[in-house]
Amino acid sequence: MDSHAVATGALYGYRNQKSSSTNNFFESSVTLETFLFYTLGAVSVGSALMMVTRRSPVMSALYLILNFFALGGLYLSLHAQFIAFIQILVYAGAIMVLFVFVIMLLNLGDEKKLNERFSWKKIVGAGLSFGVLMELIFVFAFSKANLPPSHFEKATDIGTVENIGMQLFTTFLFPFEVTSVLLLAAIVGAVVLAKKKLN
Amino acid sequence: MGSLLLISVIKFVAYVSIVLVTVIMLVYAERRVSAFIQNRLGPNRVGPWGLFQALVDVVKLLLKEDIVPKNAYKPVHDLAPIISIAVALSTFAVIPFGNTIELFGTQVKLMIADVNVGILYLLSITSLGVYGVTLAGWSSNNKYSLLGGLRSSAQLISYELSMGLSIIGVLMVCGTLRLDQIVLHQTTYLWGWLPAWNIFLQPVAFFTFFIAAFAETNRLPFDLPEAEPELVGGYHTEYTGLKFGLFFLAEYANMFTAGAVITTLFLGGWHLPYAEYLGLSPTMLSILQVLTFCVKLVLVELFFIVVRWTIPRFRYDQLMNIGWKVMLPLTLANVLVTGAVMLLIQ
Amino acid sequence: MGITFSDITSSAPLVSLVLFSFLTLIVESWGKDKPVLSYWVSLLGVGVSLALSFGHLGAGIPVFGGMLLQGGFAGYCNLIFLSSAFLTILLSRGYLERMECHRGEFYILILFSTVGMMLMAGALNLITVFLGIELMSVSLYVLAGFMRKKVRSNESALKYFLLGAFATGFLLYGIALIYGTSGTTDLVAISKLFPQLSHNPIFLVGCGLLVVAFSFKIAAVPFHMWAPDVYEGAPTTVSGFMSTGAKAAAFATFLLVFVRVFDIAGTSLSQVIAVIAAASMIVGNVTAVAQTNVKRMLAYSSIAHAGYMLSGIAAANVEGETGILFYLLAYTFVNVGAFGIVSIMERQDDKKLNFEDYEGLSARRPALAVLMTIFMFSLAGIPPFAGFFGKYYVFLAAVKANLTWLAILGVLTSLISVYYYLRLVVLMYFREGDADLDHSVPRRSMIALAIAAISIVVLGLYPSLIVDLTRSFFKI
Repeated sequence: MDSHAVATGALYGYRNQKSSSTNNFFESSVTLETFLFYTLGAVSVGSALMMVTRRSPVMSALYLILNFFALGGLYLSLHAQFIAFIQILVYAGAIMVLFVFVIMLLNLGDEKKLNERFSWKKIVGAGLSFGVLMELIFVFAFSKANLPPSHFEKATDIGTVENIGMQLFTTFLFPFEVTSVLLLAAIVGAVVLAKKKLN
Repeated sequence: MGSLLLISVIKFVAYVSIVLVTVIMLVYAERRVSAFIQNRLGPNRVGPWGLFQALVDVVKLLLKEDIVPKNAYKPVHDLAPIISIAVALSTFAVIPFGNTIELFGTQVKLMIADVNVGILYLLSITSLGVYGVTLAGWSSNNKYSLLGGLRSSAQLISYELSMGLSIIGVLMVCGTLRLDQIVLHQTTYLWGWLPAWNIFLQPVAFFTFFIAAFAETNRLPFDLPEAEPELVGGYHTEYTGLKFGLFFLAEYANMFTAGAVITTLFLGGWHLPYAEYLGLSPTMLSILQVLTFCVKLVLVELFFIVVRWTIPRFRYDQLMNIGWKVMLPLTLANVLVTGAVMLLIQ
Repeated sequence: MGITFSDITSSAPLVSLVLFSFLTLIVESWGKDKPVLSYWVSLLGVGVSLALSFGHLGAGIPVFGGMLLQGGFAGYCNLIFLSSAFLTILLSRGYLERMECHRGEFYILILFSTVGMMLMAGALNLITVFLGIELMSVSLYVLAGFMRKKVRSNESALKYFLLGAFATGFLLYGIALIYGTSGTTDLVAISKLFPQLSHNPIFLVGCGLLVVAFSFKIAAVPFHMWAPDVYEGAPTTVSGFMSTGAKAAAFATFLLVFVRVFDIAGTSLSQVIAVIAAASMIVGNVTAVAQTNVKRMLAYSSIAHAGYMLSGIAAANVEGETGILFYLLAYTFVNVGAFGIVSIMERQDDKKLNFEDYEGLSARRPALAVLMTIFMFSLAGIPPFAGFFGKYYVFLAAVKANLTWLAILGVLTSLISVYYYLRLVVLMYFREGDADLDHSVPRRSMIALAIAAISIVVLGLYPSLIVDLTRSFFKI
């Protein structure tokens, strides 16, 4: 597989189509990328919607896991293998397990009790969300926005472990170190809130 | 392009059949070994030495009625065994069981999928296996099942950390996430005579990984999710027939994969020490290497089985203590020491 | 690349505070049941960092590979956060001991939160902005729920956490869009690209999402819903800390991103912010009038003050920025002091928090009544206290930026605010009542209140001390 054929991610797929009408092979591979992008995108949006509309918390959690998978797939189609697998490993494999664990442990019982009554706030909220959604769709679909080119010669280089590690420990070393302080604060906070007996 | 596709198909068919047959043989092996340990005969009636017993069992499970409890949540009840078996079968795909060979004029790597972040693939897929167990427990709407499912998720989360952290040591030594590269790295020799297997370079990591592998495969002494005396059968109490069979199969497939991973990461994979000095033809060498891999794998599996029938089950608090207070600090210390040693050597 | 020694010396206040927070953590885990030790160590840490900050007010320099700005603007903001943290720690010990939840983790989280604020004020990269906000917020979520046995405190923490997480979503989506259009998260690089980017609708959507996230953190209308409940339920000194340090930090980032980097003067973003400012002033002041609970009144007042300060950002000029920086310092002393007195008055189980509980306080506790009067006068913006000059500068900036309507609205709503601030003063001095304390006020709390009151008076009498300093940040 020619790595240049997929040199730009699916996000920029529509630009490739415009710029590369001469190269057949290029064109066909872009189509595959675009197809993957739209399929995975549909799955992720659909599962996200299902996640917020399900009544049973366990089912919501399951749809969220599906969503993480779709996101992982999107990362893969952008040649970010490392991020893709870390996404599945950390979110689907660890964090969501804890979610499911807690949901089952709490055993929320009759989910119908969680059902809220109709209220005008919901209508207003839905209207506003719809407005924002339309605005975003309009902006992305119709604006002639110029997206900057990628910094990398080959898109396949972006997602490699070596590259991410290199960036993390040179350019982004400071944020990386700050993250450890953030995690420490979160641990202290979790202990404060959750420990059975203090003092 | 055509031959590439052909090779892929061959690999895939061979892979599925090999895994399934091996797993069925593992069941047989377990029953014979347990019988040997308990001074019994074990299955010896169906076929020569009872070899077909496992096959007959499979047929029995297939023909049994599928019973779903009235209050179970059916979609998830059906989904759970599928998740379990899918995860169990797909992990083996990245294990290299031989060196790169020439076939139909192309270089063929003896592994199903050549993922450049192989170890991450392995870890992330294994980490999903817990859903099968947990969801089976939850959807059965049975307290024993639920307890089994909960125990399983707690246990897997606890040991996944040590598992991942023990691999870090290996990664630091080998400097790659590709499993075939990791094996290649182990084919060199230390001081000219000791094979640079990671079991020698990373003994602590090997030890912790091995224990974590027991926990991750729900094998004794870590089989709390299905502890018979306390939980009837744990998460699969409410499963019968084919769906139970899938869980059963998944358990052994997991064990099989765990053995393969241990062989690959720590025991030099397909590497047979000094075989390259024998002056064999490339084809012969390849066959020898694949055989070496199989022998190592069988030995690891036998160890798994022997441990199961000789060591009693942990108590739940002991399990948690070992996971968080022994294994985790040990693996972290291993990473630190490895880093320090590597810095000193440089 | 990486971290050099000079990076560490240039960011000495930040690094020392991080080290002291670790030290407090170690002290707390070794010395069992000795939160007093944690109290002293954390106080020392903030003191050291404060002392170091005074040496870092000169020209701002980028450190850590251009991730963080230290000195200058950031140095001045550090003074605000550290003062807030210092006074909060002083006031909290007595309060927590009375509420029977005096634990060392409180101080650790205050320190972590302050570190987050310092990162926010110096952020030269959107990633640092995000990490700073998260570090500050995560600590504050826990601090809000620190009184674990109190239902209100738990509710406060949960509400703050859920809505805060939602706001973080907006922030991240905004950052993603800005990164997508500019190709970088480095604010300096973005500022160079801004003239072209400001016509890019995707970039503008990103900026809009950032406005939402920042408005949430400063509790501006319509993203203010959390503030009254959270301030009411959280431990009172924490409410004081949230309404000063956290708000100041959010304003610092707001200024940094939208005035220094994006230069929104005269753009549509400036209009958006002006509308948010106007809404905050109106809603905050009008709702505050109807409150019976002093903590809730202060919460709505803090929304109103966010509105006043936002008009400085909408103006996006030198006067606006210096005005906000002065305002933030003054407001910090005033509000920590006001919440401090409320915390002294408060009894267990949320008792003695209403207006009528202050009736006749001056007869029995004259010192507290005088201090509260100073704080209320300053909040109302009555000269010669510092609050007056804060408002004066931001409204002046609004007029200069052709936002005269905003300035007029600000003055009008300030008039409303006089009613509810002075109502408390009237209750304390001119109403017969039996307001009293059943405990003696610890000396350290009185010291903290005195520092706050003196600072307000000094800032009110000599505002040029600060204004000249903040103006100097522009001479680069």
